Formats: sequence, structure tokens, C-alpha cells
Amino acid sequence: MISSTLTDRPSITTDTGAALTRGRRRGGEILFRTALQLCLLIVSTVLVALLAWVLTKGWNRLDARLWENMPSSLVSRLDTAGVQSALIGTLWIISLTAAICLPIGILSAIYLEEYADNNRWHNRMLELNIQNLAGVPSIIFGILGLGIVARVLGLGFSVITAAIVLSLLVLPVVIIATREALRAVPQSTRHASYALGATKWQTVSRQVLPAAVPGIATGAILALSRAIGEAAPLLVLGAVTFITFNPQGLDDKYTALPIQIYTFITRPQEEYSELAAAAIVLLLGIVLLMNSIAIFLRNRFEKRR
Amino acid sequence: MVASTKRADPAAGKSLRRGRRRPLDASVKVILVLAALVSIVTTVGIIIALGGPTVGFFRQVSIADFFTGTSWTPTFAQKAYGVLPLVAATLVATGIALLIAVPLGLGSAIYLAEYAAPRSRKVLKPIIEMLAGVPTVVYGFVALFALNPILQDFWPGEQKPAFQNLLVAGIAMGVMIVPTVASVSEDAMSAVPRGLREGAYALASSKMQVSTRVVVPAAISGIVAAVVLGISRAIGETMIVTMAGGLVSDSIKFNPIESAATMTAFIANISSGDIPVGSLEYDSVFAVGSLLFVMTFALNALSIRMVRRFREVYE
Repeated sequence: MISSTLTDRPSITTDTGAALTRGRRRGGEILFRTALQLCLLIVSTVLVALLAWVLTKGWNRLDARLWENMPSSLVSRLDTAGVQSALIGTLWIISLTAAICLPIGILSAIYLEEYADNNRWHNRMLELNIQNLAGVPSIIFGILGLGIVARVLGLGFSVITAAIVLSLLVLPVVIIATREALRAVPQSTRHASYALGATKWQTVSRQVLPAAVPGIATGAILALSRAIGEAAPLLVLGAVTFITFNPQGLDDKYTALPIQIYTFITRPQEEYSELAAAAIVLLLGIVLLMNSIAIFLRNRFEKRR
Repeated sequence: MVASTKRADPAAGKSLRRGRRRPLDASVKVILVLAALVSIVTTVGIIIALGGPTVGFFRQVSIADFFTGTSWTPTFAQKAYGVLPLVAATLVATGIALLIAVPLGLGSAIYLAEYAAPRSRKVLKPIIEMLAGVPTVVYGFVALFALNPILQDFWPGEQKPAFQNLLVAGIAMGVMIVPTVASVSEDAMSAVPRGLREGAYALASSKMQVSTRVVVPAAISGIVAAVVLGISRAIGETMIVTMAGGLVSDSIKFNPIESAATMTAFIANISSGDIPVGSLEYDSVFAVGSLLFVMTFALNALSIRMVRRFREVYE
């Protein structure tokens, strides 16, 4: 409603403006508007061109070979090579990441939003720390994994190391999204619950959290889709090899889709880049589907509010 | 008022059902605090992981040599540890990325905040958000195999761009950070109070005048924050520059059509290879990592401060 009055009004005033200094100003107006539209046109074209090009390049390899067969470094097996171990590895890593980062992230957000006194210095520091972590480059998280998780904790270059590092990487995304979702729940809901004699935790767990689920889900999906596409930290965590078996347990070696794509393109043969393109289509399919679900959820949720 | 209601309720609960509910509430808070501490532990972990080997590195290489040396050859027989070539490559790639991302991101943001009808906004915004969802390894792939051949075909000069070069990597990074610049600056422009716009319209300003002389100046700290955040993203981006930019930076190069390793590409390249743990080459990865961490930390802190200043004025 607000936005509609906003867009209605300027059109009236522009007309008056045009009547006053006709011609020159009108031309500038149109030029400026066109330039802005051009920016958005370029951005959309880039997205469409990118998707179309990758799809065309990988088209010949987009069949069952991709998920039925293992990657191979042998040129003689190029025709039948696939990415099964990478796909399964990605599923492993992402399930574990969800299991680690979602509870920690949601609980941290509940603390900061519902329990913490934000005037205390330590809570302000906590908040600033999360904001800063959100901007730390992903490769630095790889170094954290290499130095602490793999070496000091002794977990090595395993599935669980990758999942822990990716969890820490996307934790700020989960926390920030959950806090926003909790903040959007009206105070009156909490007051009503308290008035009925509920304790703080009863209020949070039975009233506030359920009301915030759509917002939390949006943040969670976006965080996980970012984790699926991340390659840089895994590069440091020893994932760059041709792994020809699927991980069976937490301490197994692994590979993942984005890393497998990188490994393919370091090979000189043209077939490898086609295979990489096919794997990219698979990766983009998963990631963009998750993003669309998140955007859809958010739009629906916003409409209801 | 809110705080007083919060304080009143546990006492009421206690008198009704003593014992059963209170311990749960107390232990819940402990669990919540523990979860929140994970992010502190992460920061401490990063500092320890970077700090130890960095200190070891600077025992053997002087700080002055590291920051002023113009030759970076840890993997060559004649080793030199001057970080400037890596920094130069990072700045060149980031500069190119900004040339792409600032106009496109700002233009898109102004259109979305000031011009677009609610209906077209609903279509356009998700497109930009989709761009943010594309994994960086995909941008690297497209830069290397689609963008670079085009560039080589149409390059006017004598010297053609190398197979990997900072120009394509920079362009791809620019596209990657468009969503960051666009969404943060659009938030800032949307937060500018309507009264300012109405006032300008009442003085017979045109829409362009309102956008460029009222909204953009009013939102300038938010826009600067968006650009600073974009710079920090570009400096820390790894996959695009590793795949499309190059892996070796022995000397300072400012020519963007040459191949050169940025700080992140060096870290990725060396740490994914077989360098013996504890060697000086290995420690140099952490020294460069520390520099990268400090640079992005400073930029992020600046960006957070700019956003906060903006919020203080308008919210």
C-alpha cells in the first residue's frame, strides 16, 4: 500500500517538472531511466547466458553416466567417467552440516534475541563477533580446518572435518536470519503467553519459535545452499584427488561436487571440461532449486505479515 | 516495560508448579549460552590457526622483507618472500571487479528502490538473488572457458590475453559481487524517509533529481558500506582467481591481461599441493592468510560502522 502511493505520486510531479523545463530535462530523465534499466538487463542477461552456456557445453554428458559412474583420472575411461562419489560426498557433507550448524545457529539466535541483555558489553561483543565472522573469507575457514580441526583435533581430511568447517562458515548466516525471524514475532504473542503463566522457555519454544519457522527455514536453506557450492575451504582440506569410492563413515576420505569440478578443469583434455560442465548443471540444479524455495518461502511469509 | 514482564513470570511459574519447570529453564539458558559461544571459539580458533605458523614464519623472514619485497618465489630454488606481487595481483583483480560491480549494482539498486513498480520488483529482485546463489566455482569455469576465448578473439592489441589472466577473473568477480553491492545499497535507499522525497517533489524536482540528489546522498553511508563489503568479498574470493586468474606471481605485475596469483590463489594452490608441514613454504601460506584476514577484517569493520551510522540517522 505504501509502495503504491510512492510510485503514483512521482509520475504527477514529473509531468509538472517536464512542463516547466521541457525537452532537455525530459531527455535526461529518459536517458537515466534507460541506463538503470540497462543495468538490470545486463545482470539478467548474464545469468541467462551463463545457464544456457553451461547447459550447452555439458549437454552430451548429461545422462545416467554422470551419477552412475565414478570419476576417473584415466584418459581411457573418459567416456564413462561420472561424479557419483562427489554427489554422494556432497549429500554426506550437507546432511552433517545441517545437523551441526542448524541447532547451534538457532540456539545462538534464541540466546541473543530472547535472553541476552543487549546493553551488556559481552553480548555486544558476541554480536559484533558474529557480524565479523560473516565477512571472513571462506579460505580462512579452510586454514582453521587445516590447523585446528584436522591437526589438533586429529580428525584428518575426513567427511566430518569438512562438515564442521562448512558449519562454522555458514553459522553467521543461520544466526542472522533466525534473529530476524524471531524479531518479527510480535511482542504481544510473548505477553499473552506470559499472562497465561508460561515460563520463558515455554513461551519461546511453544509460541515464538513456531511463529518464526518460515523465516528460519528461509535462512537455513540459503545457508545450506551456500555450503553446497563452497569449494575453497575444501581445497585446503585435502579434497583434491580422484576419489573412486563413496564415503561410508564420518572419518572417510571424500570429494564433493564443487571440488570435483575444479579437479576436472585442471586436466588438459577437452572431455574433462564437458564433464565439468555436466557436473555444474547438476550442482546449479540443486543450488538454484534451494534458492528458489527460499525466495518463495520468504515472499509468502512477507505477504502474510 | 518488556523487561519487567519478563522478570515477573518465573516467580509466578514457581509458585504454581515448584521445581518441575524452573530447572529446565535454567539449564536451557546454559545450553543457549554454550551455542552462542561457538562463534567466539571459532574466532579464537582462526587466530590461533593463523597465528602460530605466522610467528614461525616471521622468525625466519623479516617483517620488513615480507612487506617491502618485490619478489615472491617460495616454490623456486631461489626463495624470496616479498608479498607485494600477491597484493598487487589482488588489487588489480579487485579493481576490475569494482569497475563492473559498482555501476551495475548501484544502477540496479536505484532502479529497484526508486523506479520499479512493485510487480516488476517481484520478478527482478529474485534474479539478482539467484546470481548470488551461483557457486564461485561456476563463475571460475565460465570465466576460463567462455569469457576468456571471447576476450582473446576480440582483443585489439598485439599481446593477446594469457590463458589465465586477471582481467577475466576480475570481470567474473565483478558479476559475483553485483548482488552484494545491489542488495546492501538498496536496503539503504529504501530506508531513506519518504518525507525527504516528498519534499523534493514538492519543489518540482524530477524523479532523476530526487534519486541522484536526495536519495543517493541521504543513503551514502549505506552505499559506501555496500561497496566496502564488495571489496572485502572480492579480496577474499578464491575459486575464481585460482581457476581463471593464475597460480604464480613471482614479480609485481599491473598488466591485467597477464596471469598472476592473488593472495587467495597462492594459498589455495600451495595448501592443496604436497608441501611438507612445518617448512617455510608451508608457513608462508599462513603468513599470507594472516594478511588476508587482517585486510578483510578491517574492511568489514569499516562497513559495519558505516551501516550503523546510517541506521542511527534514519531508524
